[in-house]
Amino acid sequence: MPLIVPVLVPFVTAAVSLLAWRRAPVQRLLGAIGAAGLLTSGIVLLVQVRTQGIQTSQIGGWPAPYGITFVADHFSALMVLVTGVIGLSVAVYSLVEIDGPRQSFGYFPLLHIMLTGVTGAFLTGDMFNLYVWFEVMLISSFVLLALGSERPQLEGALKYVTLNLVSSFLFLTAVGILYGEVGTLNMAHAARRIRALGNPDLVAILAMLFFISFGIKAAVFPLFFWLPASYHTPPAAVSAVFAGLLTKVGVYALIRTFTLVFGQLELVHTLVLILAGFTMVTGVLGAIAQDEFRRILSFHIISQIGYMILGLGLYTPLALAGSVFYIVHHIVVKTNLFLIGGIVRGLEGSERLERLGGLYNRKPWLALLFAIPALSLAGLPPLSGFVAKLALVRAGLEVGEYALVGVALGVSLLTLYSMAKIWNAVFWEAPSDTSKAAPGLGGGAQAVLAGPAAMLALLTVCMGLLAGPAFLAAEAAAAELLDPERYIYAVLGDAS
Amino acid sequence: MNLVLPFVVGGLVAAGLYMMMRRSAIKLVIGLALLSHAAHLLIFTAGRLTRRGEPLVPEGETVLPKPYADPLPQALILTAIVISFGLMAFTIALVYRAYQETGTDDLDDLTVTEE
Repeated sequence: MPLIVPVLVPFVTAAVSLLAWRRAPVQRLLGAIGAAGLLTSGIVLLVQVRTQGIQTSQIGGWPAPYGITFVADHFSALMVLVTGVIGLSVAVYSLVEIDGPRQSFGYFPLLHIMLTGVTGAFLTGDMFNLYVWFEVMLISSFVLLALGSERPQLEGALKYVTLNLVSSFLFLTAVGILYGEVGTLNMAHAARRIRALGNPDLVAILAMLFFISFGIKAAVFPLFFWLPASYHTPPAAVSAVFAGLLTKVGVYALIRTFTLVFGQLELVHTLVLILAGFTMVTGVLGAIAQDEFRRILSFHIISQIGYMILGLGLYTPLALAGSVFYIVHHIVVKTNLFLIGGIVRGLEGSERLERLGGLYNRKPWLALLFAIPALSLAGLPPLSGFVAKLALVRAGLEVGEYALVGVALGVSLLTLYSMAKIWNAVFWEAPSDTSKAAPGLGGGAQAVLAGPAAMLALLTVCMGLLAGPAFLAAEAAAAELLDPERYIYAVLGDAS
Repeated sequence: MNLVLPFVVGGLVAAGLYMMMRRSAIKLVIGLALLSHAAHLLIFTAGRLTRRGEPLVPEGETVLPKPYADPLPQALILTAIVISFGLMAFTIALVYRAYQETGTDDLDDLTVTEE
């Protein structure tokens, strides 16, 4: 299968859906089928990479480094696969959760354009092309965020748009300087030339520009303020796909840049370790102060980003494997929690914890669906979060970063506290404020909404129980990340 | 030009950041536009400025005769201009829509998402 397929599937879906403008039933059908197609291509891609090693594809037949190269190693393939999983879950969930007006104003085409940008960013091997995919992803996410034009959405979108445009500006600046200094934009080619450049000051400036730009996208401390201001404002399906995928594209770009292109830089990796600690702590403390379902979850995204970049900072095989596993686990679990937040709002008409309560008696299945990803997020065995945290903690102990390991464990405990707070307020206690009547959801609608959530919950259980095979793929990804020569050789061959 | 353009880029960034720190939403948009212009000029400058030497291979030759101007930065800028044009159009529409909904263009009054 050519590498372009996972990008083409959502793109063609979006294009055909646009042709069916204002015919919502057609768009709904296309949206679900296209997402299933993306998931299938993700599975094929991962099998291909597992059996045949790193795959490359030269767009337009121009040999690297002159043309744009698409590359899929284990890390890329895993990310594309999990994008397919999230795309399908959210597309099915959206059939019910997204209201008619939003659907008729192009919700499904926009969702698929965003998926195009995300998979493109995961597969490209060219810096400027990465910038273009980032922009594709951003512009569609801007519209998805503002679609519906409710007042909180518009205010949230304004903050989100501004900070992401600043990040794009820094990225573009870094790309320009990179091209000016090494004369290439192909990541593998640039990696070779940067190692031969012998100008540490310039490399440090470039590295910091890339770091800040991707750091804003990944919501790393202290660059995360756009995230809690915007993620809780759109419909649950939109915030679920944002929470799952968008910040992780930033983390992906950070890991790719600081393993492949720059290799290990003392300055950056020390900085990443310090910021990982602060990101974990500020995120979880922010979450404790909140009293609304999705706002608590938004702050937990930030806290979890800290764990993901912790592996990058530690820079050992086990640590990077832990990071890769953590990213996949987090995307599955966090999307699931946002989806459940949407179901709760659909049933009860509110997300404020004081207005909710007693759902355990009425909907025990929903309580179970919430408990699985919530406990996985906190890192309880045998769920996937436990495996991910165990790998990172062991890697931290091996390197001797005891303080950071302590922080990571403490933050886990606070995460558990936060999840218990939601559990108590939403499912266990009687509601303290029952003034507002609930709109309720029909049985069929509940089944469609619960389906994707159940699938994701099953996935996190499987990733925990079958941790051995799942972790093998993460270890293969880490081995490739730590040995950039394999990637460079796959792209360029022996030519420099 | 090699000396002038870096100062132009720096001036644009400074002006852009100053505008973004004002409270008016329109000034925020102008600031973002200035920043994107700065980035485009920076790519242009970093790609080396050459006054002549169009990058065309003469008949009968197989390589470019030196000196030649690198066409790639200009292609990059062209792409980036198109992207930033689209983003600006969206941002202006968003600011206008937010103004209609909130009745203010003072960014300090946009606090609904923090309550």
